[in-house]
Amino acid sequence: MLQRINLAHGEGGELTYRLIKDVFEKAFGHGEHTKHDSAIFQCKPETIALTTDSYVVKPIFFPGGNIGKLAVAGTVNDLAVSGAVPKFMTAGFIIEEGLPLKDLKEIVHSMADEAGKAGIRIIAGDTKVVEKGSADQLFINTSGIGTVESGHKLQPKHIQKGDSIILSGTIGDHGIAILSAREELGLLSDTVSDCASLNGLIQSLIHTIDGIRILKDPTRGGLATALVELCEDFHFNCEINEGSIPIRNDIHGACDILGYDPLYLANEGKMILLVDSKMEEQALQVLRSHPLGENAAVIGQVTGTTNSAGKLYLKTPLGTTRSLQRLAGLMLPRIC
Amino acid sequence: MDSMAPFSDPVLSQRSAEAVIQLAKQYIQLNGRKPVFMEVCGSHTMALAKTGVKTRLNEYVQLIAGPGCPVCVTDQRTIDSMISLSKERGSILCTFGDMMRVPGSKHSLLEAKTEGKDIRVVYSPLDSLRIAEKNPDKEIIFLGIGFETTIPLLAAAIKEAEQRGLTNFSIWMTTKLVEPVLRALLDAGEIQLDGFLLPGHVSVVLGKESYSFLTEEYKMPGVISGFEPVQLLSSIYKLLQLCLENTAEIINDYPYAVSSSGNAAAKSLMKKYLQPGDEDWRGIGTIPNSGLVLKEKYQNFDAKRKFKITIDSPRKTKCRCGEVIRGLTAPEECPLFSKACTPANPIGPCMVSAEGTCAAHYHYMKEE
Repeated sequence: MLQRINLAHGEGGELTYRLIKDVFEKAFGHGEHTKHDSAIFQCKPETIALTTDSYVVKPIFFPGGNIGKLAVAGTVNDLAVSGAVPKFMTAGFIIEEGLPLKDLKEIVHSMADEAGKAGIRIIAGDTKVVEKGSADQLFINTSGIGTVESGHKLQPKHIQKGDSIILSGTIGDHGIAILSAREELGLLSDTVSDCASLNGLIQSLIHTIDGIRILKDPTRGGLATALVELCEDFHFNCEINEGSIPIRNDIHGACDILGYDPLYLANEGKMILLVDSKMEEQALQVLRSHPLGENAAVIGQVTGTTNSAGKLYLKTPLGTTRSLQRLAGLMLPRIC
Repeated sequence: MDSMAPFSDPVLSQRSAEAVIQLAKQYIQLNGRKPVFMEVCGSHTMALAKTGVKTRLNEYVQLIAGPGCPVCVTDQRTIDSMISLSKERGSILCTFGDMMRVPGSKHSLLEAKTEGKDIRVVYSPLDSLRIAEKNPDKEIIFLGIGFETTIPLLAAAIKEAEQRGLTNFSIWMTTKLVEPVLRALLDAGEIQLDGFLLPGHVSVVLGKESYSFLTEEYKMPGVISGFEPVQLLSSIYKLLQLCLENTAEIINDYPYAVSSSGNAAAKSLMKKYLQPGDEDWRGIGTIPNSGLVLKEKYQNFDAKRKFKITIDSPRKTKCRCGEVIRGLTAPEECPLFSKACTPANPIGPCMVSAEGTCAAHYHYMKEE
């Protein structure tokens, strides 16, 4: 087999067939449901969640993962934070001619691995090859379907003053890992992305804790942007404490050197949880007993509900308060 | 254990703020007005806003941002020149990220990049040497902005380029020096100042001794400060003490990083490759010998000599960055602030830079 992807791999002929057979089917399987031009499957119960996302991260390999793992974990997390159990997903590959075949294989294998761990099945896919320079190595587009079990739905309508805001772990790991992987910062080579599927952790939370109002994964735009969106969409004001937000020392240092605000750095394996304050301790226990939530912390409270878009405030260690806005302009392109 | 943690400790921060306020009240009682201090460094401007120190002290101490944000003081013509250079066949422009969104007369470098010009963001001038080696058929031009913190890196890049025998690398020098601009500000006498909060990073290179002109010639006290809330408050406290005692003295309140004589290696690098030259400052104009340019011997690395370009005079806007840089206008007093001019759609450099005064006020001090 050829060592690099060329345009003929995308022409639909023999090379495409071999690529699908040797790379994709080997990793993802080839069951009855995949023999048609569409995947045909049953999905119960009736309430389903559907999400789509594209992955263009640069570089495609980074400490803690690669574009394939990110595509699966990202799709799984979008479903999971909506309260759904991830079931099926699709993956479309746009490959730049010249991509080493071994890189594609490694990426596809880590997708299969991550999907296996998260319990989601990759049941449909597509491959296109574009000329050198028309894409950057590899882009992946996914769609994901999950089911929402009755009795385990999130309760955004019950958000009220005093609700606790919990963060499942440290912020900024993914953003700084990508930056250091771009070989532009030799000093930060130890930083590892937090890229991970959160559905296991989320399911154990949903099944043991009553009073979960809403979940959100703070990806692009970081913690601050994600919370601003929640305040605006679900009409509440909240205040978070700067000193309570978990952050690793090396990430803090990197942000100081580079002039980045960690509140706006991307995360790929973290979630924000709004929960009834009475359940705060229990939620923390569940989170901290899971490897992906061991650094979970209460970072703030809902300070009131509003009739229109709410606001996010940050309390500094000095005791002053300032409002936080969504990420303005460009911070770090092609982070996911 | 985070070694910086004590400097942002909530209890210590709040006690320090209280101590500063008590001292400031004494000053106000004696002088009938708030003490006025200028923080020279853009990172201090950002840190004072972000940590809430500026908000907490607002009633008692007036803190004015000085001309220490390298992006903000870069003349608009520099951006126009760089855009013009990017149109040269086979050129690759390298720049620090902050410069990308600074508006020139017509475009920003980001817009020029969107139009297909090869403009790359690097984190160090040394990264652009790698690009030069990988692209021997292209001309790599680095936009050399910065104060004494950054200038040694530019000199190091020239040294490396010389050693590697690179002929396709040059720097568009537009560096700035702290002393000449502080002198210009004090000589102009447009603002009443009681003391300087002196830059932490620049002082690592320059050393405490470099500020003796402030005390000897201008009778102006100064304190070299770190960037965490407790450090900032400690330095403001010491500055207030000096003012109350009527003592013009320089105190090094960042001794774990700053020495008396500075970084000898960095200074000798600058001395070997560079010499003083006139510089254009945004909002201030030309200040004689206020920057460092390449010595005659190294003119092969001087982009200004290598490429002859002509540009029109810069387009005027209602942006008041020039006055903001000189400490004459607060960002909120500019008619564009937070309306036509935001970080997403900046009109002036002070709204772009991670050290810009307008950006600091927009991100960290806006009421709503």
